[in-house]
Amino acid sequence: MEEKFFGHSVIRKEGREKVTGRARYVDDLTFPGMLHGVTVRSSVPRGRIRGIRFGETIPWHEFTVVTAADIPGQNEIALIEHDQPCLAAESINHPEEAIVLLAHPDRYLLEEARRAVQIDVEPLPAVFSIEDSLAKRAVIFGEDNVFKSYHMEKGDVDAAWAQADVIVEGEYRTGAQEQLYIETQGMISVANPAEGVTVWGSLQCPYYVHKALMPLFGLPADKIRVIQAETGGGFGGKEEYPSMIAAHAALLAWKSGKPVKIIYDRAEDMVATTKRHPSRTRHRTGVTRDGKLVAMDIDFVIDGGAYATLSSVVLSRGTIHAAGPYSCPNVRVHSQAVATNAPPHGAFRGFGAPQSIFALERHMDQVARTLNLTPEEFRRRNFIRQGQTTATGQLIHENVNFDALLDRAFRESDYHAKRERFARENPGATIKRGIGFASFMHGAGFTGSGEVYLASVVDVEATREGNVRVLAASTEIGQGTNTVFSQIAADALGISYDRIEIAQPDTGAVPNSGPTVASRTSMVVGNLVQTAALAIKKTLLDSGLLCDACTEDEFVRACRKYIETRGPLRSRAQYEAPPGLFWDDKKYSGDAYGTYAWAVYVAEVAVDTVTFEARVTDFVAVQEIGKVIHPVLAAGQIEGGVAQAIGMALYENVVWRDGRMANGQMTNYIMPTAADIPPIRVFFEEHPYLFGPHGAKGIGELPMDGPQPAIINAIENATGICVRQIPATPEVLMEAMAQKAAALV
Amino acid sequence: MSELVSRIHIQCRVNGEPRHAETFPMARLLDVLREELRLTGTKEGCGEGECGACSILLNGAIVNSCLIPAIEADGADIRTIEGIASGDQLNAVQKAFLECGGAQCGICTPGMVIAATALLERHPHPNDAEIREGLAGNLCRCTGYQKIFAAVVRACELSTEKKPVSR
Repeated sequence: MEEKFFGHSVIRKEGREKVTGRARYVDDLTFPGMLHGVTVRSSVPRGRIRGIRFGETIPWHEFTVVTAADIPGQNEIALIEHDQPCLAAESINHPEEAIVLLAHPDRYLLEEARRAVQIDVEPLPAVFSIEDSLAKRAVIFGEDNVFKSYHMEKGDVDAAWAQADVIVEGEYRTGAQEQLYIETQGMISVANPAEGVTVWGSLQCPYYVHKALMPLFGLPADKIRVIQAETGGGFGGKEEYPSMIAAHAALLAWKSGKPVKIIYDRAEDMVATTKRHPSRTRHRTGVTRDGKLVAMDIDFVIDGGAYATLSSVVLSRGTIHAAGPYSCPNVRVHSQAVATNAPPHGAFRGFGAPQSIFALERHMDQVARTLNLTPEEFRRRNFIRQGQTTATGQLIHENVNFDALLDRAFRESDYHAKRERFARENPGATIKRGIGFASFMHGAGFTGSGEVYLASVVDVEATREGNVRVLAASTEIGQGTNTVFSQIAADALGISYDRIEIAQPDTGAVPNSGPTVASRTSMVVGNLVQTAALAIKKTLLDSGLLCDACTEDEFVRACRKYIETRGPLRSRAQYEAPPGLFWDDKKYSGDAYGTYAWAVYVAEVAVDTVTFEARVTDFVAVQEIGKVIHPVLAAGQIEGGVAQAIGMALYENVVWRDGRMANGQMTNYIMPTAADIPPIRVFFEEHPYLFGPHGAKGIGELPMDGPQPAIINAIENATGICVRQIPATPEVLMEAMAQKAAALV
Repeated sequence: MSELVSRIHIQCRVNGEPRHAETFPMARLLDVLREELRLTGTKEGCGEGECGACSILLNGAIVNSCLIPAIEADGADIRTIEGIASGDQLNAVQKAFLECGGAQCGICTPGMVIAATALLERHPHPNDAEIREGLAGNLCRCTGYQKIFAAVVRACELSTEKKPVSR
């Protein structure tokens, strides 16, 4: 297959609409007679609802009012477990729990009405931290507050301690992080018993919303239709929560008989929707004196918030990535997702891996220091290689070469020279500079048998105009789905990029190609696009309407002729697992992922010892992601992920007050600006992956995994202080420097 | 909004066209543009002047339209993203954003294009610090800003190619 578009930076498919302001996001859509909807939420973290009072100053007869009693079907947001209600009826489990919905044509009056609803609640004891939850300070879920636990074991850790010359322990923490897509969440619904329920919205996974709405309304699949509007960023934040807003808008539309739009303002979006799970990781690591890992014992806990949602899956990915890209004969990971009375934490780029990788890559530097080895020498002695096995016992078939990635990252960042220079210049300096790195991996696609269960489907069809349309539920959320699918389809068919159309994700019109998550869209769904496109070509060749070496005009004519004489020209591809993959879900062992992306990231920092501010001053990202489909989009993924990870490492601090985010504003929750981000230099090593389109692997989440430990390792190099939690705000650095100073006295 | 406050009539030029609207004096200019004039290219990201998604040019100066009361727009000359291209002809910044990958999800893009256009009107050849400073009021969560910086540099080149020397 000729690669005319693959590997080239073609213009983003929907780019023109975006740079001219013509792209239509959900808040840009209006319907005749449309009402606005708002959500009345709890004011306490946990309790029992005694009553709802509607203030007297509001003309309530003008309003549509929905409570749990108005739900036609089951009061739940269907996902994995069945514990999260759509509207709280009796018990409240977090301070942003939705209880009453209101709709009215006038947004200003609606705000007054929202404030006039009083929820009378009998408060109950609540838990707000991993420690309180594990200690069962109050039991708020099941018998022990544990949503899910995994126990993963390779070799015999207990027996292996005897072989260790040195044992190093450490505890590490990561905070919650807000996805902070710049487009807040929103939905519009038209719903009535005759036509069923339709929603348009900002979302990543049309079929997740579809699945949630069916039991809520007790309607069959064909009576629910979910359409994605242009979506202004997701990062995981629009994976599961859109089901909630869609449900709310649809209930108001169902009751009022009118279209209803719900758009969250920034404050509501920040406090009520999901965030990254806070985590605590404890490491106990046994090594020989010459720096070989003999045992890793890892205890990993994440705070799931009030309902199970996706926590079990986030925990799974965090667990599998917890031991990193190292070969160690004895590994044990015990992990738990626990309940607290905060809004449920959810999907966020990296999906548990950034948390456990932060702990590991900080800990690797601590072990190296204990052994009196450099961080790179210790890692080099333990890097996983072809023919060795990961912590899940997965045999690495590909020729992964971490030494080469490390060499290149050091060369590009001038690591050794800088390390020497900073060591020379730092003594006596107010601003101390440092350089650090992390080496890591990210599994692409769903974990274990996940892709087999999803059994994703993509359709491709030719049009009478001789264009070819790709039909998939995979959404464009900024990452480049439309562009990548078009490149792949155009090359498969040997036609131009402009001839490829991407159907709007609409459950009424496109098959279920699975959720737009897990770095799977290019690698897994892209491969289906290629297969389905090749099938179109084969049909035309077999029909005799097309010869193998055809021109584009001949292709167009052949499509037209086929459709005129034989009917629709459409093909379908369904996922088939690459051969030889085996996963044991009970033992949590085997081939966790079809493949991994591998990376070494180097961060350079400047730490001001007067203000305790740390800045990243240079960044080098070297990764192996299979073949690069689109160099500009791929670099854009890495740069954007690194920027988000810099935010997680240094700036983005969710302040919690009794389970509620106290700083739900962009003025006091600080994400990096153009003035905060250093030059990010991106380098790709390309080793084709046999089962991705043209050899491509997943890329989207990888850059979220490594920058945080690289930055904190650099801060330790600059200052000698050992920071074990992120975000490393000035307060955290001040405390750590004070402790170090006290220890020296 | 309270019935005690009466609506006012405002007149202004938007993207070169005379426009008028009936609105409350303290209504946000952002809402007037999006809802009364149906110019939905200007976006709301935070509603408190932090993110710059609602950036427009008001009498030539870049402002956050979520912070501007409608009454201030009376008699003003306004440029929104819809007025940046000349018909189908994109301006240099828009072309450069397409070429360099400056737009990903696109929600910050209208504000970012306005900010970059305003920056290049002030500094036709900005250095790195001026680019960062000029765009620091516009937040982007997708790109890590690198491709946006590259697009501004490319836009300078495109402008120069078009009109080599102008005095």
